[in-house]
Amino acid sequence: MDLLTKITILVLAAFVGFEVISKVPTTLHTPLMSQTNAIHGIVLLGGLIVVGLSNDVLDEVIGTIAIAFGTINVVGGFMVTDRMLGMFVRKPPKKDAAEKDSGS
Amino acid sequence: MSLPLAALSPSSDVVKALYIVAFSLFIYGIRQGTHPTTAKQGNLIAAGGMAVAVATTLALQGIGNWGLIAVGLAVGATVGAVASKRVQMTAMPQMVALYNGVGGGAVALIAWSEFRHDLALGGSIPLDVFIPTLLSMVIGSISFWGSNIAFGKLQGIVSGQPVKLPGQQVLNALLLVGIVAACIVLGIDHDSSPSQALFIAVLIAAALLGNLFVLPIGGADMPVVISLLNAFTGLSAASAGIALDNVALIVAGTLVGSSGTILTLEMATAMNRSVANVLFAGFGALPAGGAAGGGEERPVTSIGAQDAAIKLAYADSVVIVPGYGMAVAQAQHAVKELATALEKRGVEVNYAIHPVAGRMPGHMNVLLAEADVPYEKLREMEDINPEMPQTDVAVVIGANDVTNPAAKNDASSPIAGMPIIEVSEAHQVIVIKRSLSPGFAGIDNDLFYEPNTSMLFADAKQAAADIAGELADL
Repeated sequence: MDLLTKITILVLAAFVGFEVISKVPTTLHTPLMSQTNAIHGIVLLGGLIVVGLSNDVLDEVIGTIAIAFGTINVVGGFMVTDRMLGMFVRKPPKKDAAEKDSGS
Repeated sequence: MSLPLAALSPSSDVVKALYIVAFSLFIYGIRQGTHPTTAKQGNLIAAGGMAVAVATTLALQGIGNWGLIAVGLAVGATVGAVASKRVQMTAMPQMVALYNGVGGGAVALIAWSEFRHDLALGGSIPLDVFIPTLLSMVIGSISFWGSNIAFGKLQGIVSGQPVKLPGQQVLNALLLVGIVAACIVLGIDHDSSPSQALFIAVLIAAALLGNLFVLPIGGADMPVVISLLNAFTGLSAASAGIALDNVALIVAGTLVGSSGTILTLEMATAMNRSVANVLFAGFGALPAGGAAGGGEERPVTSIGAQDAAIKLAYADSVVIVPGYGMAVAQAQHAVKELATALEKRGVEVNYAIHPVAGRMPGHMNVLLAEADVPYEKLREMEDINPEMPQTDVAVVIGANDVTNPAAKNDASSPIAGMPIIEVSEAHQVIVIKRSLSPGFAGIDNDLFYEPNTSMLFADAKQAAADIAGELADL
């Protein structure tokens, strides 16, 4: 891919991001932050490529640490977001209100 | 096995297609996060996207070193899983800071390794790979160290007060100029083996800058800092994606960059301050020129739990205004029980949430959700302020600066112009607080001295439980 194609993708992704994220209500800003935080753990892929293709000891050390860091970011981030969002899920006794909500 | 990284990554159309699937799932997952009932599912969808991206990468041609990959993944997954299960909801801001930090650290390390790899291939690095590599290394390193300091401040390991060194702004500016200059030197040498020593020096300088940049920022400004560092890590990941020619990284990193930027601006707006002011002003370092400092003794009305219970029991409408103090005292469950006891008596209870209450965006919402408070009861500032004059009792629990009427009435106040929850408009105000000490802005709160304000000096959790106990006896 040439550089301009990549920059095009980046700019478009930025606009998509602004559109989607500005619709998230304040109530959910902590889980949003924690979820997007988990998503940038995708750099883990870079670590996998570095270690997977390396023959150099120092690169392997650096890369393995990067994989561990990235995985902490991804696994911890998604799990903690899941825990938080579990609290926002409506509890069964409030059924009537939930129906009213989905009807609107 | 010695092909350049950039040429081996998404080599086939299948790989490209799978990466497209992955980032579509990220976007869709975030989109589902716009409503509390679908957000949990959205998070799982985004996690599914991540699984696709990781599996695709592992399937890339030529990937080896499985033992090391397994070690990295296993260690990371274990640490991440255990930490996320154990962490208290009240400690969520520092947890997010820490996760953000390791993400930034991973980016910086990958950039370093990419650089070493290019050097080993003969030392001629095209600028469209080298510039994004340098960018991701610098930003990733700043993000790693900055997040660690933010974690330390929130965890209480590092002082939450602004830590200022003499000439710090100058030092930071010099560091930044030095980093840019060194990157330019490296860039000029891009096709004749740029110096690895200089590269490492830049890595260290960026680490130093990350530390020095967050240290002078006060604890109350952490929502802005965490949002900003989140954006930084996202952008550094996008930059690494450009260097590695990986679309999934570019899109995912940019999405995070957008989200962090939006939240940063929103938090700064909620405090009526510019982002630059938050980052560089060392807010809260001094009691603001003594304008409203100590010295003068003004009378306050102090009450006990029983009086508070009586006031609340005979009210028609009560608004609870939580702040960081509620998180510190872990009082969210006790507060919810108090609210339930009041509702049983027919009192209408709502919660007024200031955008910057707590230490991260939406911090109070998560804590109250943990205590099973329905999210419709959590009202935003603009929404609840018009109802304040019809509110019988406003109960301020561990909030301070966000209720200070000086923001509206005193143009010389350091927080002048900051939107506040207008509790002083309510018929009566009960402030639960351990002492009259000022909030993080370091200024006295005029609210405490208003004639309709009663102070209940106690720990938030104890006070809420005591009032609920007194209510039961009424």
